[in-house]
Amino acid sequence: MNIECRGETVNIATGGVEVDRDLPPVVLLHGAGMDRTVWSQQTRYLAHHGFAAMAVDLPGHGESGGEPLPSIAEMADWVAEAITEIGLGPAHLVGHSMGSLISLEVAARHPEAVERIVLLGAAAAMPVHPDLLGAAERNEVLAPQLITSWGHGTRAHIAGNPTPGLWMRSGCQALLERANDGVIFNDLAACNAYEAGDVAARIACPITVVVGSEDKMTPPRATSQLVAGLSDVDLKHLDGVGHMMMIEVPDRIRELLLDALH
Amino acid sequence: MVDPEYLKFDTLSLHAGQEPDPTTGSRAVPIYQTTSYSFVDTEQAAGLFNLEQPGHIYSRISNPTVAVLEERIAALEGGVGAVCTASGMAAFHLAAATIMSAGNHVVASRNIYGGTHNMLNLTMPRFGITTTFVDPRDPEAWRSAITPETRLLFAETLGNPGIEVLDIPLIAQIAHENGLPLMVDATFTTPYLMKPIDLGADIVMHSVTKFLGGHGIALGGVVVDGGRFDWAANDKFPTLSQPYDGYHGISFADEYGHQALSMRARAEGLRDFGAAMSPTNAFHLLQGVETLPLRMKRHVENTTSVVEFLEEADAVTWVSHPSVATHPDHELAKQLLPKGAGAILSFGIAGGREAGCRFIENVQLASHLANVGDAKTLVLHPASTTHQQLSAEDLVAAGVGEDLIRLSVGLEDPEDIISDLSRALRASQKG
Repeated sequence: MNIECRGETVNIATGGVEVDRDLPPVVLLHGAGMDRTVWSQQTRYLAHHGFAAMAVDLPGHGESGGEPLPSIAEMADWVAEAITEIGLGPAHLVGHSMGSLISLEVAARHPEAVERIVLLGAAAAMPVHPDLLGAAERNEVLAPQLITSWGHGTRAHIAGNPTPGLWMRSGCQALLERANDGVIFNDLAACNAYEAGDVAARIACPITVVVGSEDKMTPPRATSQLVAGLSDVDLKHLDGVGHMMMIEVPDRIRELLLDALH
Repeated sequence: MVDPEYLKFDTLSLHAGQEPDPTTGSRAVPIYQTTSYSFVDTEQAAGLFNLEQPGHIYSRISNPTVAVLEERIAALEGGVGAVCTASGMAAFHLAAATIMSAGNHVVASRNIYGGTHNMLNLTMPRFGITTTFVDPRDPEAWRSAITPETRLLFAETLGNPGIEVLDIPLIAQIAHENGLPLMVDATFTTPYLMKPIDLGADIVMHSVTKFLGGHGIALGGVVVDGGRFDWAANDKFPTLSQPYDGYHGISFADEYGHQALSMRARAEGLRDFGAAMSPTNAFHLLQGVETLPLRMKRHVENTTSVVEFLEEADAVTWVSHPSVATHPDHELAKQLLPKGAGAILSFGIAGGREAGCRFIENVQLASHLANVGDAKTLVLHPASTTHQQLSAEDLVAAGVGEDLIRLSVGLEDPEDIISDLSRALRASQKG
């Protein structure tokens, strides 16, 4: 479905069904340079299992209009406005990577908009390798390649896509290559500059954090530092899984989301 | 500067798409010779049928053995996904039928495999899809042939029979300037010699029967989805960008984005047209793919030796292969095919049609048959076989002179290949 937010069209995947306004809303937020399709193995499932599932294209991403927003705080303010525009009340927020930072900030800055947050590939700080940041600034294909390389666990670099015929590595790289020039850099720079400050102390809603043992972009150690500052948090470990966990192990993420959101 | 830590081509040829079987530990890819798969419960069954979760339902749509081959070829090509089919022709049809409908139009190279030419020229018009054939080396011909109804540009990476090298970056640019995808048949090159997606192609298809399988024992085809083309950027591709009643109003572009083509090709194309690859064929073809880099390297080395021999042979009037300095695409081949321009070549034999027949009848190591890309050397004289019904004038128009011999260079010792050709060439001149 499409909604308007700040005068721009926002594209939202709803799992192929019309949003049922009587169901609890779940807003899924993608990571840097990506779009709603990273949730394609979860959105349709949630939409048929008791939720109003909405995978959002952030401004300037996917099929949404507008320009990408320059900071995590501004992205969080935009998400809170979008939730108001959707009009279904407080939502469960599911965020991946940059989307997890946005979710943290929405929960801290706009608690009235949030029921619960589920963070995949999360950390209190996301410093970006300078070579990656430089390649993204120059709009080089090296940026999608490095994110793809570091974003997947060892197993995902060999095989294991449960969807017959799909190859994860090129799927991730192609998705990132489709981003408009400047989008990946904008997002990585926003992650790189993010400082959590006292955000953990300001979050009142329940939190689920999911960490992959082979995550090189938000390593388990960095996730632990985030979790240490949070209260009412449920930490889930996934062995042998990298940063792109909702694509690497979609079945496990589906089960985990159903468990966390009910 | 750091580099991506990607597994290399040779490693992917052996491993991509497969983990040791979780139940038995089988290291080789098991042949899942089954038509169907038991559901865990009714909810899982409903989820599979509604595309809410991935998995196998029925082997016409997907099969675990075939899926390994699909994932492996997608990995080697750098595509987001692949769909295997019963043959190369089925692969072409699957791709075409997934993105086009009656009233649509194709611009295709005129120098393509005869079977594909027939489908475009004779069969698809019966279903409302027409084609304009153009000289693949003429960019203006490609541009001027595009109409408001055009939905696809199509060519082979190496043409037939002149071994024309397709300037993929240039033709892809023309396609993209018009909001259209470029599909290439990369059967003659394989991803070892060229990766068309990296050069700008949007869809790659193969007759896996040929070099990918490599042993002439199993038929198969594949469509590889490059994942870079935006099917929803305009209204030209409603099968991908608009709701589809076949799955309760799903929009493949909205749900799957960069993977829309491969998802719809399987969910609709294999389901409805049914040209699925058998799991046993997939197993045989996988054995070939495992040694693809080793075999293609040897194919190219042997071809170099054979070309050098033919260029010096008295009974040979001309040799057509992009490695030959006089070939029109020699420089382009060096740029796009640095590892070699494949193992298919043609040459002219002194004495025309009769000498061609005598040559074919006197080869003893090379096999006289209508195929290419086998481990064994293959020869064909089109004027006396596949094109025998054509007059001398028609043969020239088709680019197939009476003197043309097509050679698919195999993996034998190159001295033995050359010895066999030399003996047959001598015999051909004793008419």
